[in-house]
Amino acid sequence: MTQYQVVHCTINGKSCEAVVDVRASLADMLRNNFRLTSVKKGCGVGECGACNVLVDGECFNSCIYLAVWADGKSIRTVEGLTGPNGELSDIQQAFIDEGAVQCGFCTPGFIMSAVEILESGKRYTRDEIRRQLSGHLCRCTGYENIINAVEKTMNRRLGGDE
Amino acid sequence: MFDFRSYAAAASVEDAVRLLAEKPNAVIMAGGSDVLIKMRSRDMSQVDVVSIYGLDELRGIRLEPNGDIRIGSLTSFSHIEHDETVNRLIPVLSQAAGTVGGPQIRNIGTIGGNTCNGVTSADTASTCFALDAIIELTGSEGVRHVPIVGFYLRAGKVDIRPTEIQTAVIIPRDSYENCFGHYQKYAMRNAMDIATLNCSVNVRLNADGAIERARIAYGVAGPVPMRAGSAEAAVCGMPAGEDAAHIFADAAIRDINPRDSWRASKAFRIHIAHELAVRGLTESMRRAGATI
Ligand SMILES: Cc1cc2nc3c(=O)[nH]c(=O)nc-3n(C[C@H](O)[C@H](O)[C@H](O)COP(=O)(O)OP(=O)(O)OC[C@H]3O[C@@H](n4cnc5c(N)ncnc54)[C@H](O)[C@@H]3O)c2cc1C
Ligand code: FES
Ligand code: FES
Repeated sequence: MTQYQVVHCTINGKSCEAVVDVRASLADMLRNNFRLTSVKKGCGVGECGACNVLVDGECFNSCIYLAVWADGKSIRTVEGLTGPNGELSDIQQAFIDEGAVQCGFCTPGFIMSAVEILESGKRYTRDEIRRQLSGHLCRCTGYENIINAVEKTMNRRLGGDE
Repeated sequence: MFDFRSYAAAASVEDAVRLLAEKPNAVIMAGGSDVLIKMRSRDMSQVDVVSIYGLDELRGIRLEPNGDIRIGSLTSFSHIEHDETVNRLIPVLSQAAGTVGGPQIRNIGTIGGNTCNGVTSADTASTCFALDAIIELTGSEGVRHVPIVGFYLRAGKVDIRPTEIQTAVIIPRDSYENCFGHYQKYAMRNAMDIATLNCSVNVRLNADGAIERARIAYGVAGPVPMRAGSAEAAVCGMPAGEDAAHIFADAAIRDINPRDSWRASKAFRIHIAHELAVRGLTESMRRAGATI
């Protein structure tokens, strides 16, 4: 017997509602009900960070977060970062400029962790940035450029050395 | 889709107890970072799930009027790591919580799950052992308090009775007052790895700089986390210093019984256990003000 539940939540600033199977993950709901395909399904077991989204300002791997838990929460994905006409945000542009995107599969997950770093308003050391991004795997192994993109965007936002 | 037979979300602790009475075989789910993984690997299937994830009343850390520190069972590792009270009074627990997985796992994983899964490698469990934590359980018969040493029955099995959930991990005042600790996780990678061995040490020095009490607990040195009592007894009353650290470590490895596994051999684990005991006590004594 399949059990369904209504989930009310805010996704990228918009109030939303969906009827979901209680067995579904948040990644399933975001991809299937809302077509937010920046949310990637990689490992499905919390190891790679490809499905990472912000829930009430904290990063969660949506593949191991139940869709029904999203009720009442505010969720953000990469789709919510772009401007009204699809303009890229500074962190997305920095990933391009730094060559931090290769196949791109890990990119949305990394970017949402970067958003948590950037919005904290805190100046992270390079080691702290590494630690904060350590829940992500990049199969193309572009870590240096990814860290560069986050560090430069942080420095630009906080003012000071690039 | 996860393989649930049914799903019920508890609205309160009493509601969780009621749901568990209705479904005696239900699996309790907190953050799900163990349970959902077991479903993916088909170690668990067709389960009745009782989710307690929504119980905000079990989140947060409180300093009680009697000085005990009460950590709600659903408090996430990241909230423990950054909590003001924890950092001021038991920074060793902040250190331990900060070694779990990566940031996303620290946001979903809870201290309740880490101590109810009965897993020897659990990163916060050894520190809870070393601090003589008291486990609070709430069920249809009321509230029970169990010292953590007695809470672990065997690998993967803890003393949770039917209808009970763990509601708090309590660190008694005497257990942390004037104590200084150090947690070490030995793993192959700096992040996203399970401990090959882990070790939590804390020490209290008296006014003359001698060891009043030293405690040490290991993860992965046996089927469940464990204390090394001979090591603790061996250094009691000794002046803080290098000698104490070596006597401590020599005794500690006689108390433990690690096994061979694909992660590491028994001999290697014993070697690491010795080294972590030396370093753990040395750093704890330094933090307590000793010059070594
Ligand atoms: C990618 C990844 C990396 C990880 N890395 C680490 C690591 O480095 N170190 C580490 O220690 N762990 C690690 N874990 C394991 C896991 O995150 C922790 O054990 C975590 O503490 C589990 O908490 P949870 O709330 O998610 O537990 P759940 O999965 O919800 O529950 C775990 C067990 O405890 C029971 N339970 C949970 N809460 C209660 C309660 N309040 N009352 C009664 N029973 C309860 C459940 O029934 C279940 O048996 C990792 C997991 C993943 C997926
Ligand atoms: S797909 Fe979620 S962490 Fe890998
Ligand atoms: S760019 Fe290919 S996985 Fe990271």
